[in-house]
Amino acid sequence: MSALTFTLKKDLLQKLDVSPLTPDQLSDKNISQISATLLWYGKQQLRADDIFLIEGSDTQDLVFEKCSAKVDYIGSGMKTGRIIVNGNAGAFLAFQMQKGELLLNGNAADFTACAMSGGLLQINGNVGDYLGAALVGDRKGMKGGTVIVKGDAGERTGDQMRRGLILIEGNVGSYCGSRMLAGTIGILGNVGEYVGYGMRRGTLILTKRPSLHATIQDCGLHTLPFLNLMFKSFSQLPSKFAQINQNRAHRFAGDIANDGKGEILILE
Amino acid sequence: MIINGVQIDDTFAEAFNMRGTRVIITAQNHRWAYNAANAMTGFATSVIGCGVEAGIERELTPNETPDGRPGVSVLMFAMGSAVLMKQLENRMGQTILTCPTAAAFSGIDGNERINLGKNLRFFGDGFQISKQFGGKRYWRVPVMDGEFITEETTGMVRAVGGGNFLVLATSQSQALAACEAAIEAMKKIPNVIMPFPGGVVRSGSKVGSKYKALFASTNDAFCPTLKGLTKTQLSPEVESVMEIVIDGLTEADIRKATFVGIEAACKLGSANGIKRISAGNYGGKLGPFHFHLRDIMNDKTLGGDHS
Repeated sequence: MSALTFTLKKDLLQKLDVSPLTPDQLSDKNISQISATLLWYGKQQLRADDIFLIEGSDTQDLVFEKCSAKVDYIGSGMKTGRIIVNGNAGAFLAFQMQKGELLLNGNAADFTACAMSGGLLQINGNVGDYLGAALVGDRKGMKGGTVIVKGDAGERTGDQMRRGLILIEGNVGSYCGSRMLAGTIGILGNVGEYVGYGMRRGTLILTKRPSLHATIQDCGLHTLPFLNLMFKSFSQLPSKFAQINQNRAHRFAGDIANDGKGEILILE
Repeated sequence: MIINGVQIDDTFAEAFNMRGTRVIITAQNHRWAYNAANAMTGFATSVIGCGVEAGIERELTPNETPDGRPGVSVLMFAMGSAVLMKQLENRMGQTILTCPTAAAFSGIDGNERINLGKNLRFFGDGFQISKQFGGKRYWRVPVMDGEFITEETTGMVRAVGGGNFLVLATSQSQALAACEAAIEAMKKIPNVIMPFPGGVVRSGSKVGSKYKALFASTNDAFCPTLKGLTKTQLSPEVESVMEIVIDGLTEADIRKATFVGIEAACKLGSANGIKRISAGNYGGKLGPFHFHLRDIMNDKTLGGDHS
């Protein structure tokens, strides 16, 4: 069986919500039912085959071709299977994703991995602001799963993140890990200002020392055996983090303006 | 059955259902892993007085441990799950938490999970940190040497305890030499421990006593100095008897250890004063597992052929 492929027919003028197109929601549907799936396009609903050229049959293996930043909610609430996106993705990529794999060969917009709770999301490109954050109004962000970003990430990465893992190979904007509740964010590139702002618990792993604000406290240089465990658990991931094996780190704790149980570890 | 001049008695060892777990102890080097594991498995020879029977199963290379440091694996057995949990928690708290550089991890999967470091985290007084990797939860507890790392839970499995055999020899030193050889060979078998000091026990017991307060007492039928006083099991030339007790994760593991141990003891042979191999049982009514010595020594799947 070949992958069920959705190829965009033309450039989109409005935002398109593709949240009904996930492996678990399409699993018991035939091609005519899939073609008839209604998708919100701006303020109107269109059939999927009005927008996409639909080929293939394997509903557990979806591909979006020629995708653009107008396409929101790819892999929304995904529970099984795999989605590959070639091109860019819009906002709320992997929104509330629970399981499975999502691979984006392009850039993603804001609120990627918003309220994600499981599975693997890999982005071979850049992402916008609020990666792994909470849905607006919610008080907890990403609750589980793994996000790998090969490029850069925007501001407020991991805002209110509750659990899970975000690994970013590029640079990250300001307020990274703000209001973070728990979980782990690793960054190989540079980090903007106010990293860990209002952070309550959780771990930020950095390789370069950023400028830290006053309520992040220096706890000194340490050999931390848990880093062995952590980097070992990264060893199978498709990321440059898989090659790191270091247990010596400079530990900063904070934000002491908000309980101060979080930590920023700088591998030096 | 006679192996190398040593008579194998037509009898069996009687063993019981136990609950078992495996814990992996790692440290900066093997020396400190052993310091921690020896303390953890200390005073754990018999469930009668120690709550658990525990021992070091084997040494682990850095490649075999979760955190990539040198380690040892420890097996711990108890008669019930409640005792096992309590003993594990107490021993973790007093011996692993306290030992410099030591860390503890689950060494066995199982549907039933029991607390490993779950409650030790409170020693961290609020500074403890939880981390989840690969679906497992670990705790980081700040201590004076750095951080104490422990997995939250370990697996608990149904296990078998009380496999045994007796070595009867013409002198104390010869009996001990045979037992040492047996233990050396049995240590290479996975999934088993020999919980007594050096793996060997000299105070085999019988059920009951002339004293009302005691429910077990010395096994006079095998005491060489009582040969003329009791209904002895010993022939005139036997001057010393020692026992090896085996706890294992499965019946098959104990069979294998028994085979390997008896083979090693018999290798010394009657020329070195080893006269008989026997086993301890309670008539077969108490324990569900019976390890018939001659059956084991003839088990071709174990490499035995002494028929």
